Amino acid sequence: MCLGVPGKIVDIYEVAGLRMGRVDFGGVVKEACLEYVPDAEVGEYTVIHVGFAIGRLDEAEAQRSLQFLRDAGFLSTELGDGTAEGGL
Amino acid sequence: MKYVTEFRDGARIRPTIDEIRRTVTRPWTIMEVCGGQTHSIVKNGLDELLPGEIHLVHGPGCPVCVTPLETIDRAIAIASRPEVTFVSFGDMLRVPGSTSDLLRVKSAGGDVRVVYSPLDAVRLAQMRPDREVVFFGIGFETTAPANAMAIRQAARLGLRNFSMLVSHVLVPPAIVALLSSPENLVQAFLAAGHVCTVMGWTEYEPIAARYGVPLVVTGFEPLDIVQGTLMAVRQLESGRAEVENQYTRSVHRDGNAAAQAVLREVFDVCDRKWRGIGEIPMSGLRVSGRFATFDAERRFPVGEVTTEESSICIAGLVLRGQKKPGECPAFGSLCTPERPLGAPMVSSEGACAAYYHYGRYRVAHA
Repeated sequence: MCLGVPGKIVDIYEVAGLRMGRVDFGGVVKEACLEYVPDAEVGEYTVIHVGFAIGRLDEAEAQRSLQFLRDAGFLSTELGDGTAEGGL
Repeated sequence: MKYVTEFRDGARIRPTIDEIRRTVTRPWTIMEVCGGQTHSIVKNGLDELLPGEIHLVHGPGCPVCVTPLETIDRAIAIASRPEVTFVSFGDMLRVPGSTSDLLRVKSAGGDVRVVYSPLDAVRLAQMRPDREVVFFGIGFETTAPANAMAIRQAARLGLRNFSMLVSHVLVPPAIVALLSSPENLVQAFLAAGHVCTVMGWTEYEPIAARYGVPLVVTGFEPLDIVQGTLMAVRQLESGRAEVENQYTRSVHRDGNAAAQAVLREVFDVCDRKWRGIGEIPMSGLRVSGRFATFDAERRFPVGEVTTEESSICIAGLVLRGQKKPGECPAFGSLCTPERPLGAPMVSSEGACAAYYHYGRYRVAHA
């Protein structure tokens, strides 16, 4: 239920007084309500849940998460470590 | 897909798991609150990749699972009325009521439909003024703003044939209820990232302080979950109990102000019964007086509902994190996704369904 899918806003328009738009999910485009992201612009990424954008995605913060261990000084040594387990 | 693929990259996930292994010195029990996180953990086998000291238990964050039996029975009664077109998210159709479910109402000729968005139900009411369109409004704080907007839009359009059967639930009171139980084993929480995208995390700060538990707002992809787990383990090992945010690309401390404003306008906070858990004070949302004409409970009084739960199913213990699905005598035999005894076997976010779909069936019975 709380599934939220990241999508890129393709265009923004109004339907029956509601701020709506089309959102691109990696090639699949669907309509979503953009009332809860009043400042979001075309080209921005949002999280879509049951046809509503519930928030904007912050690219700089996403990059920080991806660099999480590198910032802490771990990843550079770990990436070359062949002993790491896991099936992912 | 951007914001998805890179957060499923094993080359980033493994070093984080190794760092957890280096950090942990003793056993810790951590609960992921949201069923979406449970699904991601079981699907990707994250619980099996983590060091043995980390015991992940699955929380009550599956709205389909905790929607009270009385409400399911009420939904079935309303959906059975000839003038009603009953509209729902797909997950609710096979949730067992006392004696039936919505899918059986549909197969018996009832007009029961599945939609993607609550606004689809509003559109349906516009197109079919001859039908009473009733939407089943369930979910946590993530979903409530969408349903609130549907009610507000129906009011704005002056629709007289749209109403909503509302059974929304709120996460923070449920966490308090779990922590207040003498049987509680949970030492830290991964808080639900999309609930907090809407609500922020200020409500969790007094909980962390009062109960001395770390709460880490966490996303849903495998990398998010192992990072959230590492942040929780670091807190536990150093004796801290704070609210931290792993899901920074989506969550801000104050959440989404526009969504919260519409929630306050359309809904009131109320006491709510949770299926398998019991009544939790101030843990639900109901339609506010101003929008009372859109409240299906008031529009379609179905009288006192007598409920009956399966006597074998241990869904309540699973939802409280006290048992794993495989410990249920009915799991995978009497209870399957095709013939569920309890709601956690139905929902894509239910712990039982996740264990069943991702092969934990064999492990549980080995």
